Amino acid sequence: MKRSWRGLIGLTVLIGLGWLQGCATAQNPDPFETVNRRVFDFNDRVDEVVLVPVAQSYRDWVPQPVRTGIRNVASNATDGWSAINLFLQGRGGDGLSELTRFLTNSTFGLLGVLDIATELGLERYNEDFGQTLGKWGVGPGAYIVWPFLGPSSVRDSIGTGADQWGSLESRITPLTDRYAFTATRLLDTRARLLGATGMLDSIALDKYSFVRNGYLQRRRSLVYDGNPPEEEPPPEDRYDPAADK
Amino acid sequence: MFSKSWRSLLIGAALGVAVLSVQAADMAADAFIRQVSGDVIDAVKSDKAIQAGDFKKVVALVDARILPHVDFHRMTASAVGRYWRQASPEQQKRLEDEFKILLVRTYSGALAQIKDQVIDLKPLRAKPEDTEVVVRSEVKGKGEPIQLDYRLSKSGEAWKIYDVNVLGVWLVETYRASFAQEISASGIDGLIKKLADKNKAALAAKG
Repeated sequence: MKRSWRGLIGLTVLIGLGWLQGCATAQNPDPFETVNRRVFDFNDRVDEVVLVPVAQSYRDWVPQPVRTGIRNVASNATDGWSAINLFLQGRGGDGLSELTRFLTNSTFGLLGVLDIATELGLERYNEDFGQTLGKWGVGPGAYIVWPFLGPSSVRDSIGTGADQWGSLESRITPLTDRYAFTATRLLDTRARLLGATGMLDSIALDKYSFVRNGYLQRRRSLVYDGNPPEEEPPPEDRYDPAADK
Repeated sequence: MFSKSWRSLLIGAALGVAVLSVQAADMAADAFIRQVSGDVIDAVKSDKAIQAGDFKKVVALVDARILPHVDFHRMTASAVGRYWRQASPEQQKRLEDEFKILLVRTYSGALAQIKDQVIDLKPLRAKPEDTEVVVRSEVKGKGEPIQLDYRLSKSGEAWKIYDVNVLGVWLVETYRASFAQEISASGIDGLIKKLADKNKAALAAKG
């Protein structure tokens, strides 16, 4: 009974997202800007009042080696899923490398605390399901800002759901331990971003659109593994040395 | 900001670097990036004051080692996009000046965080006669490597940087969207004012 309810909710969300997917166009990747901006402001407040102070204390009080260990465990928890995504994208060789990485760190690396694999030359690919969908030709769809979770797109929201399922994190029992793990992982991520987000206020004219633009560009770049086809600006925006100076 | 003598010293230093880079003429674009970034990283690593965040010293370093290699004019013109031709020469100059301060500020903040990083250049995919190329690199240190790419153009013998990509995000493209939004809301002068206000606020915060 409980299972079928879950399935129904999942299906409804999927249909809803499918509808949203159709809303965005190349000219307007953000049809829900009004709502998104509100959520963005809310997240910003939460960040300022709660997350940043906590992340700062974490950074200042937890020694670097411990934080590195935490980051390694959190990364390792998703490396197996990353390997599966590489296979789904048809990158067998990279998938095997990532799988070896996952197995090495899970065993010799003591459940991922030590990142031995990187020292052995097995670099992290860190593929998620949003990237896999992108590689399959699914466009990002509308830009969405989720409460607490932040910037995403229709495609990446589906991706994040799948990533949650695929991560070892979702296998942790009991639930309290899983939440503790999730909280620590998010805290560590936030602490590492302190430098970058501190800069954001002083370099962005409008923080909301700056983050949106950065997010969409970055995700597109990730789908193409850091090397997306050049997107020429529209002709009227192009720089023409002859007409200038 | 700077006293006259300071400024002439900086200009002197900048010219010195410019002359050096002309002597290193006909360098491939990736070798050029390797040289410039190597210089900068070495300078940061050997200077405790910069690592501690001494803003004046960082700015001096940027002025001396980086600015001579950056085509701010093109960078600004591309970021302003279609509105560039509508701007008067004075407006263009002010846009360029304020944008430059904004970028130097940003870059300086990032520089102060260099510790054990090395630059790893990817193979250059360009023909020797190309005058516009993309150089791709990764900054490697602790943690995951950071993608850092450059767009370069060659005028005469020297390469100049006119766009930078951090983690897959191109700087000019990002600012083009911001600038267009600001200009359509409050005009070119509105954008100039916004940039100037940002810069003033940041300068005040630095003390």
